[in-house]
Amino acid sequence: METIVEVKNLVKKFHIGNGFFTALKGLDLKFTEGEFAGLVGPSGSGKTTLLNIIGTLDLPSEGEVIVLGKSVGKLTPKDAAQLRKEELGFIFQNYNLLPVYTVYENVEFPLLLLNMSSDARKQRVMETLEWVGLTDKVNSRPSQLSGGECQRVAIARAMVKRPKLVLADEPTANLDAANSHNILQTMEKLNKELKTTFIFATHDEKVIGYLRRKIMLADGKVISDEIVEKPVNSTVQQITK
Amino acid sequence: MQKMAFRSLIGNGLKTWLNVFVLSFTFVLIIFMQGLLEGWNRQALKDTISWEIAGGQYWSKNYDPYDPFSIDSSAAVLPATLKSDYNAHQIEPVFISKGTIYPGGRMQSVLLKGIRPDQHLLALPTALLKSKGTDIPVIMGAHMAKQANLKVNDMVTLRWRDVNGTFEAIDIRVAGIFSTSVPTVDLGQIWLPLDQLQKMTLQPNASTIIIKSEQVPTQNLAAWPFKDQTELTKETAAMIKAKSNGYTIFYAIFFLLALIAIFDTQTLSIFRRQHEIGTLVALGMTQRQVVGLFTLEGTMNAVLAIIVGTIWGLPLFIAFGVYGLHLPVDTSSFGVPMAVRMFPFFTPKLIIGTISLIIVITALVSYLPARKIARMKPTDAIRGKAL
Repeated sequence: METIVEVKNLVKKFHIGNGFFTALKGLDLKFTEGEFAGLVGPSGSGKTTLLNIIGTLDLPSEGEVIVLGKSVGKLTPKDAAQLRKEELGFIFQNYNLLPVYTVYENVEFPLLLLNMSSDARKQRVMETLEWVGLTDKVNSRPSQLSGGECQRVAIARAMVKRPKLVLADEPTANLDAANSHNILQTMEKLNKELKTTFIFATHDEKVIGYLRRKIMLADGKVISDEIVEKPVNSTVQQITK
Repeated sequence: MQKMAFRSLIGNGLKTWLNVFVLSFTFVLIIFMQGLLEGWNRQALKDTISWEIAGGQYWSKNYDPYDPFSIDSSAAVLPATLKSDYNAHQIEPVFISKGTIYPGGRMQSVLLKGIRPDQHLLALPTALLKSKGTDIPVIMGAHMAKQANLKVNDMVTLRWRDVNGTFEAIDIRVAGIFSTSVPTVDLGQIWLPLDQLQKMTLQPNASTIIIKSEQVPTQNLAAWPFKDQTELTKETAAMIKAKSNGYTIFYAIFFLLALIAIFDTQTLSIFRRQHEIGTLVALGMTQRQVVGLFTLEGTMNAVLAIIVGTIWGLPLFIAFGVYGLHLPVDTSSFGVPMAVRMFPFFTPKLIIGTISLIIVITALVSYLPARKIARMKPTDAIRGKAL
């Protein structure tokens, strides 16, 4: 299995007043292709910080994070942007859709950054919207959608360029149970079909119920790193059963 | 990128349209006022050439138009080298002297200007000076006639001094009143036949200035320095330029208001849209690209303003270009050639220059707040806590 992310002795410190706050204290982790893994822990445990560093949105203070063979700390801003543009997908708690764009345009945006041709873009966007079940909402704006629909648009936007790695930060925090299960099942399906690696940061039990790898963080350290053979909520497992 | 910037701009709603309207008002105002000044400049130049200068003037070397005491003694005999041009009516001597008229019992100082009645170089209706009887016909401008309360065929007493200093007086007849926008051939002046004035002052063949046709070459005469059109209109041009500079202050104020509004909107927009900025970075844009996007968005205010300004300004420009702008005040006392109806003249340089200036400055004003984006931490921006 191809190594997607390798975290080596990662330390992240933040300036606070005259001193530092250490958010991550020497983490060592490895994620391989097709994983459906989660960073689980209470607020302040360092989940989002780790996700941001893996997503090249932040830099390590010490140690090394290698994403798809590239050391995050050594990337220029331009190279980091290139990596995000081509290989990484992000799903945020607040969806972060571009409010002036329609559903179609929001999903199309990453492909525009990749300079994909118009026809190829259209085909890819419609195909992705079909996966998330939003083909009837292509012309709607985010303000006209429910929270669940917004998050499905966000998933489509993250998946449309077929990234190798999707980072999802509390993706269900603003959703009700039914919508949470719906979008998690969608992500699980995409993970299975496209072999995309998903890394979640969450403390939501519903999400945890789908994870096939559960990494417990507390106070900036890995407390446990466990492979879940039979995720309780996984539809894939249920089918297998 | 342009599409996104445009969408975001339109997404700002009323705020965008207010900015655009203020900017379009400034843009139309600048072009209109500068066009009006340009039109005035051209009209002043054209009218001055037509009524007073023709192809330029030779001045008697002692002539100083600002020294009334030397006017009588500044006349000189027409140089022999200009004789053939004189006979061919390619030059027209003008003899200038001082006098006093007594309209309605009042006393009014005037400048007497003698010119050949059959001249064709100036637009003055000098044919009216051809005498049919024993009276002395004169013509004058409408403003002069108004000041002196004189009408066509009125008789008025004129007093003058001859070359020996002897006072003489005679009744003159107003043979014609002309309307001109050039005050320097109108205010305080009476035009009469050249030979008549020479006789009256006992200075045969005397002239003070010689007006030259554009068709004949200029001669280099030591006693008659030549003044070309540029030199003779430089004061008018300088005054119009000074006015243009004065208006710049108004443009600057309007422009500043528009720019402050754009700056404010951009600053607010960047503050409000931190999530969006963070998201764009997460999607693969560099922070420099996002700065460029927001700068472009601000600059599009200017582009929209140009479109909006064209929509409401172009019909206005065409209307003023066709019908002119009627000045409600009497401009005769302004001392510069100014028509009652002024026609703006819009040059490509003026339009392209103004548009470019507005776009460049708007881009700069949009860039200044957008620079903050480059200093934002993307992780904070995504959470909306970067500012």
